[in-house]
Amino acid sequence: MNATPNATTTIVRHSGAYALDNYLTSGQGVKSWLLTTDHKRIGILYLWTILVFFLIAAVAAALMRIELLTPAGDLVTSETYNKLFTIHGVLMVWFFLIPSIPTVLGNFVIPMMIGARDVAFPRLNLFSWYLFVAAGALALWSLIHGGVDTGWTFYTPYSTTYANSHVISMAAGIFVAGFSSIITGINFIVTIHKMRAPGLRWFRLPLFIWALYATSLILVLATPVLAITLALMSVERLWGVGIFDPKLGGDPILFQHLFWFYSHPAVYIMILPGMGVISELITCFSRKRVFGYAWVGCSSMAIAVLGFVVWGHHMFVSSQSIYAGMIFSLLSFLVAVPSGIKVFNWTATLYKGSITFQTPMLYALGFIGLFTIGGLTGLCVATLAVDVHVHDTYFVIAHFHYIMVGGMVMAFMGGLHYWWPKITGRLYPEFWGKLAAMITFIGFNLTFFPQFLLGYLGMPRRYHAYPPEFQMLNVLSSAGASILGVGYMLPLIYFLWSLKRGRVAGPNPWRATGLEWQTGSPPPVHNFEGTPIVTASPYMYDAEADRELHMANA
Amino acid sequence: MNAIATAVVAEQFDDIEQQHSAAKLGMWIFLATEVMFFGGLFLAYTVYRFTYGHVFALASRHLDDVFGGVNTAVLLFSSLLMALAVRAAELGRRKQLVRLLLATALFGVLFMTIKAFEYRKDFVEHLVPRFDFRWDGPDAANAELFFWIYFALTGLHAIHVTVGIALILVLALLASAGKFSQNFMPVEITGLYWHFVDIVWVFLFPLLYLAGHR
Repeated sequence: MNATPNATTTIVRHSGAYALDNYLTSGQGVKSWLLTTDHKRIGILYLWTILVFFLIAAVAAALMRIELLTPAGDLVTSETYNKLFTIHGVLMVWFFLIPSIPTVLGNFVIPMMIGARDVAFPRLNLFSWYLFVAAGALALWSLIHGGVDTGWTFYTPYSTTYANSHVISMAAGIFVAGFSSIITGINFIVTIHKMRAPGLRWFRLPLFIWALYATSLILVLATPVLAITLALMSVERLWGVGIFDPKLGGDPILFQHLFWFYSHPAVYIMILPGMGVISELITCFSRKRVFGYAWVGCSSMAIAVLGFVVWGHHMFVSSQSIYAGMIFSLLSFLVAVPSGIKVFNWTATLYKGSITFQTPMLYALGFIGLFTIGGLTGLCVATLAVDVHVHDTYFVIAHFHYIMVGGMVMAFMGGLHYWWPKITGRLYPEFWGKLAAMITFIGFNLTFFPQFLLGYLGMPRRYHAYPPEFQMLNVLSSAGASILGVGYMLPLIYFLWSLKRGRVAGPNPWRATGLEWQTGSPPPVHNFEGTPIVTASPYMYDAEADRELHMANA
Repeated sequence: MNAIATAVVAEQFDDIEQQHSAAKLGMWIFLATEVMFFGGLFLAYTVYRFTYGHVFALASRHLDDVFGGVNTAVLLFSSLLMALAVRAAELGRRKQLVRLLLATALFGVLFMTIKAFEYRKDFVEHLVPRFDFRWDGPDAANAELFFWIYFALTGLHAIHVTVGIALILVLALLASAGKFSQNFMPVEITGLYWHFVDIVWVFLFPLLYLAGHR
């Protein structure tokens, strides 16, 4: 094979549709995987790992939904229920959502999108996966030995003094997982700064890169604050006194400030990568350039920056100063501006596009609708007076599940379908893909929309029993959860099936413009046969380029 | 590019300059995370200093300025040695590099030794929170809070010093094997880390030891 300098505008035609000499065939056996420094293989290691945690956390959710079918707390005790929602929250947040798009799709496609052979620090990249596995082992150890009942927020003084469960080992697990996140963040920032192909200027970067750059900034600046906070909490629990201890004049509210200083930006760790994926999908499947490219890219940065100054909106009823509450409320409203820019620009991209409803596009369209609902209800809970009413109710649960599940998980599934042909060299079955996307959308709404109503009517979160008048809506929600479960199981089955039986994809089944599509599927070990030279902005989906593509494929 | 020069460039990089600037940027970002890591404790200190300023000033006077002051000088001097070590690595002076790295580590160990004696003195004077803590005068609980923060901050700093000493000793071992003749970047970025540890102490010393002085 001769070296071809690729460019975004040049269509490279590979002789074999399935690239035989690729990163999957370059080494065989368990050892070649466990010692790999290939960003693509590390992405796949992460995919399997987060799948395990997703399934465990999903089982916890299923048990909760079964418990909530009846008003009486009859399936599990209240103590067990506390442990169920804690394990669901901890695993979903730190062991599934935060690593999901960055470590799987980000690891796989970032170096390819910028025309690099690998990330800047490949060995650190593998180390971060081992840290993540160790962290997961600590979390599972805590789970097996009786679990934790503090909720994922570990509020003091309950966590330091009163909780009679494995708080310290669980906090240690999250601490280590945090280190794994930080390493990933450092790796991505350095890679994006230093490893771009010639000609790939900042405003030629794909929007997925902008989104993950913003995410990485949050990862490296917010995660250490969580680490020190959990460490201080654990030491206080161990030592018997500490800085959150009112006996010494310490302030338990300080814990909430520190915790949310991390955990609110963490919410944006859990949505920005999803927004990045959606930008890729919308433009590809409407065959149009992204409307207002620079605005969409910069809005990611704006969300990352604003995310650091809104944490107090989690503490409106915590006795913080009313003036602080007013400022935090105002700042939280500001987040709606860059979020709105994104939604409007995606919609404008669709306008007069040549839209095809492939599976990734169905997830993307679902994302736009669900994220909009999640975002607008976010404004409701950012409003001081309304928040006093709905605080700690199912309204809040529904709001953040619309962002995290309706947003991030939909985007993750969309991105996984989109890049699956690149990752495996084979296509998933389109019919089943579309079916699963629609089942997920219906199941999701049936699960979580009733929870808005429940919360508004006053049902508090974190109780295993409730008054009988709430039963109808709870049954609807549980029924929806079972449909959602089907929507998630289907892809698991057909993805595995497609590994051997799926149709061969070829280098660029979506006729997409990104650099990652200008090489074989699956890609060779060093991604490209020669360093690509970039001569144009991304998303050259205008009519002329489209015609050229048609001619090239003819 | 000759064969030796390409051997030190990792395969994901095009040339040694790209590799150097990537390593340096990576370390700077890591140090930013370290600032945020210590930041949580500094925030706690600030909040309680505002709330219990008077008690914090009184409690601060129980810490030994001599121990703290000498340790400040020890750490600053070790930073100077580290800077010289980086220079030696850059110029490819292997013997000098090894000696300077060992001297830096030695001063690090000296710092830890002095710190250990100081902790022992604190223990004897009943200043360790929860372990037989004694305080003559009002607001004993708030004074205990000050010493909790003192042990947390200096303890966290001591962990970082220990890691730094270990890293520098490994560097000295590798340097004596001539490992940095082509690529001195590991020495430089470890140097950055060591200076960071030093700077943290530069903040800790006045906040903890001098808060009671006027």
